[in-house]
Amino acid sequence: MKTVSKLWVGIVFLILLCPLGLLVPEKFRSGAAWGEWGMEEIKEMVGYIPSGLNALSGVWKAPFPDYTFRGWEDKGWGHSCFSYVISAVVGIAVIVVFVFIFGKFLGKKNK
Amino acid sequence: MHIPDGYLGPATCGVLYAVMIPVWGIASKIVKKNLKAKHVPLVAIGAAFSFVIMMFNVPIPGGTSGHAVGGVLVAILLGPWAACIAVTVALVVQALLFGDGGITAIGANCFNMAFVLVFTGYYLYKAISFNSPVTSKRRVFAAGAAAYVALNAAAFCTAVEFGLQPVLHHTAQGQALYSPYGITVALTAMMSEHLLVFGWVEAVITALVVKYLQKQDSSFFQE
Repeated sequence: MKTVSKLWVGIVFLILLCPLGLLVPEKFRSGAAWGEWGMEEIKEMVGYIPSGLNALSGVWKAPFPDYTFRGWEDKGWGHSCFSYVISAVVGIAVIVVFVFIFGKFLGKKNK
Repeated sequence: MHIPDGYLGPATCGVLYAVMIPVWGIASKIVKKNLKAKHVPLVAIGAAFSFVIMMFNVPIPGGTSGHAVGGVLVAILLGPWAACIAVTVALVVQALLFGDGGITAIGANCFNMAFVLVFTGYYLYKAISFNSPVTSKRRVFAAGAAAYVALNAAAFCTAVEFGLQPVLHHTAQGQALYSPYGITVALTAMMSEHLLVFGWVEAVITALVVKYLQKQDSSFFQE
C-alpha cells in the first residue's frame, strides 16, 4: 500500500476512535477548555455576564453545535458518540472537497 | 484553544484578521508556486489530521480539558505555508459547521494555531534537526521538542489575547465587556495546563508519527 493510502487508513482509525475525546474528559470530570465557557458558567465564575460577550456569543448558529446534532444534546452516550463520529466524517469530507477545489484552482497555472 | 465568539473585542478580532489576510495571501502564492498536483492529497490529509486530532479532548482531572493541534507535524511534512493553509481549513470548518471557535475569532484562532504554532514548530524543527540524516533519532527528538514549544507558543498568544480584553474593554464601573480575566490569570491558567499536559500530548503524537514515517517513507524528510 502506498504511504498516502496508509495515512488515510490512519485518519479513518482516528475518526472511529474520536469518541474517546468525548468520553475520557467526562470520566475525569473535567470541564470545558479554559476560555471556552458557556454563559451560565461565566455567570457562576465572575458573578455577571459581560455584556459584549453576551451579545456576540450567539452571532453564529452552527449546524452541528459542539459536534452533535441539534436536539441530541441530552440523549445519552450512545447518541453523543454516534453524532461525534458523524461530525468527524462530515467535517473531514468538507475539508477534503475544499482542499481539492483549492488545489485545482491553484494548480491551473502550473500546467 | 478555540476562542469562541464574544470573548475577544472588535479591536483584537479586527487586528488579527488584518494580520492573517496577508498571511493567507502569501501562503496561497507560495503554495501555488511550489505545490505539485500530487501533493494536494497530502494537504487534505494534513487538514483532516489536524481537524480530527483536535476532537481528542484530553482531560486534566477535575479541571479543564484541551487537545493537541497537529500543526507542527503537518508543517514538518508539507512545509509551513502549506501547513498554514491546511490548519486554517480545519479551523474554518470547525468554526462554521461545529461552532468550535467563533467566526469573529477566526483571525485570532488562525493566528495562534495556523501561524504562530506552525511557523514556530517548523523553524525549531529545522534548527534542531539541521544536517541530521533523514532516519536519525535527532529528527524524532526535533519533532517532539518543536511540537512542545510550538503548542505552548500558541497557548501564550491565546492567553495574551484573552488577558488584554478587560484592559481594552470595560464599563465605567469596571465590569469587563468581553473576556473577564486579566493577563496574569489568563497566562497562569493557559500556560500551566499547556506546559504540564497538552504540550506533551502534541510532542508525543508528532514524534511518534515522524518515527513511523521515517521507517515507512523517509522521502518525506528529504530537503
